[in-house]
Amino acid sequence: MNHDEDSSITNTFNVGDILEGVPHGIALLDCGLRIVAMNRFLEGLTGFSSSDARGIYGGSIFRSNLGDRGQVFLKVLDTGEAVSIEGDIINRDRRKVAIQFTISPLRNQVEQIVGLIVVLEDISAFNSVMNTSLFHEHSTTGILGHSLKMQEVFELMPLMARTDASILITGETGTGKDLIAEAIHKASKRGRHPFIKINCGALPETLLESELFGHVRGSFTGAIKDKPGMFKLAQDGTIFLTEIGDMPLPLQVKLLSFLDDREFYPIGGDKKIQVDVRIIAATHRSLRDQVEQGNFREDLFYRLNVLHMHLPPLRERDGDIRFLLDHFLRELSARLNKKISGFTIRSLEQLTAYSYPGNIRELRNIVEYCANICQDDRIRSEHLPKYLLSTPLPPAKEGQDEQAAKTERSVINGSDPSRIGKDWMSFEKEMVINALIKTHGNRSKAAKELGWGRTTLWRKLNIHGLV
Amino acid sequence: MGAHNALAETEYSRSCLIQFKGYCSMKILVTIHNNFVAQRFDLASEVLIAVHDGNRIVDEPRTIIMSRPSAEELCNLIIKEDVDTVICGGIEERYYKFLIWKKINVLDSVIGDYGPILELAGCRRLTSGTIIPFSLENGKMP
Repeated sequence: MNHDEDSSITNTFNVGDILEGVPHGIALLDCGLRIVAMNRFLEGLTGFSSSDARGIYGGSIFRSNLGDRGQVFLKVLDTGEAVSIEGDIINRDRRKVAIQFTISPLRNQVEQIVGLIVVLEDISAFNSVMNTSLFHEHSTTGILGHSLKMQEVFELMPLMARTDASILITGETGTGKDLIAEAIHKASKRGRHPFIKINCGALPETLLESELFGHVRGSFTGAIKDKPGMFKLAQDGTIFLTEIGDMPLPLQVKLLSFLDDREFYPIGGDKKIQVDVRIIAATHRSLRDQVEQGNFREDLFYRLNVLHMHLPPLRERDGDIRFLLDHFLRELSARLNKKISGFTIRSLEQLTAYSYPGNIRELRNIVEYCANICQDDRIRSEHLPKYLLSTPLPPAKEGQDEQAAKTERSVINGSDPSRIGKDWMSFEKEMVINALIKTHGNRSKAAKELGWGRTTLWRKLNIHGLV
Repeated sequence: MGAHNALAETEYSRSCLIQFKGYCSMKILVTIHNNFVAQRFDLASEVLIAVHDGNRIVDEPRTIIMSRPSAEELCNLIIKEDVDTVICGGIEERYYKFLIWKKINVLDSVIGDYGPILELAGCRRLTSGTIIPFSLENGKMP
């Protein structure tokens, strides 16, 4: 570390105060492009703590795609001119985040360049909104929908963004819970602070506790240094606990205690840490049922369920299926450089009659499949995935003029509970689950049982959201 | 994963890697750039493969130059080479999960000179997130 350069930056101002006052990730680099200081926002964005990052080459901490190593930084040092570039980083949560980088030279009092100031603005939410054609209609959400049920959701969102109360978002898989949570955060007064997502079902209990609340050095084998935990990193922002219904009971107690006092002890720590974060939780399960079965604490349920938003499944969103089919077809045709103008009446009947247990995620995948297979100018029945063709159609049609009415009928038919679970996807999912139960979770044996390779089973588990 | 393109291989010697202690045979792949662990798995254009037999590195470590940076092709290479442990910088969740699924030990978010990092890996003391401060040589950057 070049201590002369380092001190010339840090002695002039109280650098920590300046950095914490900026509502984006921000780092100071010396002329050797090593990190001198970074703010808490950047800690949350990258997953690296300031103490770990200090003295390390900045590029190794940002892990961006800004071309050959350090060239952009060196250019700013050489020319003295600030640059602003769009790119992405991969953080320690293994998530790729779209970033707007602004790199400016840092000069001392005699106008000599002593380092760089790098600002990283998370533009992932902005990008996801811009990628939708309905940008002007629901510019704060990135969620598409014209149905009455979705209009209710859109009306509720600004109200939820205005308050600071905990929110519980429920809805089936693929209904857009994550997008809604992030949109509410961005629209709230905490929008310029971190939004940190934790999947409560993805980690074992001890690891999850450490991820959420952090630990102190020496608290358990392998705890070789202090770890701040997501609650601390989300200071002034929002923490999004997805699949909250899968959170282990002992951790539920600790979360409840935090919600009561807004403070917690890190694992092995003897000093309470106070943080100011908003909690948004989401689950595809019925938490009331979970409470009745004794799998979820009732007091925590009431604590989280201050504000409740239920996202309707696609089969209950009248008219949205047709709307989304057209939207995704337009998007995917353009991406695949194809000139597909739409769907034939017959294929539309099949598509609108389907119940979409995987909701929008599944619908998009189906359209992507069709767009890839189709070599004509319109999607025909033979371009649809085979399992859709087994879906029974509504009664014989009277004529094309009544198509709209029939589409509505078929959507309603799609919501018939007796038909849900009888499509191929549901059957396949059931088959996979049964094989896993039979083999006590041994995936190699389950794959053998199903007559598949392990990679095929891996792909199927991903498709059905079982990973 | 798509089929990976033809890879150009070059023999590469790293004297600092020859001697270190280990416990059993292990094939290690490190994504590298200059003398450092590459910052990102998906952008790595060079990898080093070393086999550790319990006491030392067997033969010379090999470096493979990828025809183009690609996470998919790198995954294919890792499977094809029957690698036991992958050491890398930032890696996206889906590639991480895929490799774990294939029973490959992935040590990610590793920062530093790959020489001492390989030594640590050989001694089974390397963990994800290990940072070894750089000693910059010849103005080369990680």
